Amino acid sequence: MENQTAGMQDLQRQVCDLQAQMDEIKASSLPEDKLSMVVFSGDLDRLLAAFIIATGAAAMFDEVVMFFTFWATPALRDPKKTPPAKDLMARMFGWMLPKGAGKLKLSNMHMAGLGTGMMKGLMKKKNVLSLEQLIQQAADSGVKIYVCQMSMDLMGFSKDELIDYPGLKLAGVGKFLGEAGTSKSTLFI
Amino acid sequence: MTTNLESIVPDASVDARAKACPGPLLEAKKGIAAVAVGQTLEIMSGDAGSQEDIPAWCKKTGHEYLGFVERDGYNSLYVIRRK
Repeated sequence: MENQTAGMQDLQRQVCDLQAQMDEIKASSLPEDKLSMVVFSGDLDRLLAAFIIATGAAAMFDEVVMFFTFWATPALRDPKKTPPAKDLMARMFGWMLPKGAGKLKLSNMHMAGLGTGMMKGLMKKKNVLSLEQLIQQAADSGVKIYVCQMSMDLMGFSKDELIDYPGLKLAGVGKFLGEAGTSKSTLFI
Repeated sequence: MTTNLESIVPDASVDARAKACPGPLLEAKKGIAAVAVGQTLEIMSGDAGSQEDIPAWCKKTGHEYLGFVERDGYNSLYVIRRK
C-alpha cells in the first residue's frame, strides 16, 4: 500500500515535470506569426518585389521585419539630406551608389535609363505603386526596418542621411538571426 | 458556399479597383476592421490575382471567403468577418 502511494507520487511528479517541459518547448520554439526578410540587392525590380511582399505580408502576418544589407542599403538614402563630412573612400561610395529609392536601376533592360524610365511610366499607368510609395505604405502598415551596421560602416553612410522611416534601427546579423529564428517565413531578396 | 453571390448585400464595401497588388489585400485588411464579426465585406478589385489572394488571406486570417462575382471590368469578392 505504501509502495503504491509512493509510486503514485512519483508518477504525479513525472507528469508535472513533463508538463513544465512541454510549456517551455512551446514558449521557446513555436514560431511567431512573423515574416522576416533579408534585402541584399540594390536592383529596383528586386526592391519592388521586397516591398510588395512586405506590405502584402503586413495584411497577413502579425509582424514583418526587413533587414537591409550591402547593395540594398543605399536604397534607404534620403536625397534631400546632406551627409556629414566624410573621408575620400566614403565620398566615393556616396558618389557612385544610388542616392535613394528613386535612383535605382532595373536588373534587366535598364538600357542607360531608358528601360527603367519606361518601366516607371508603365507602373504608373497600371496603378502599381512606385518604390517610394511602397516604402511609405510599409511605414504606414508597421513594417519594421533594420539596416546592417557593417554595410553602413563599409560604405561610409551614417544614419543621418537615411530616410525618416518610423522606428528604423541599425543592427547586426545577431538581430536578424534572432528574428529569423522566431519567424514562420524567411526570405532573401 | 451555396449562397447566391449575386444576391449578397454587403454591410460594407472597399474600392480597390484602381490599386494593383498588394492594394486589394491592404484594402481588405482595412475594410474587415471596419465591419463587425458576422458582417459581410465586399472588396472591389480590378486585379485578377485577388481571386487567389483574398481566399489565401482569409485562410490565414480566419475570415470566411464566400466567392466573387464578375462585374464590368472588375470583380466583387465577398468575405464574412469571423473574428
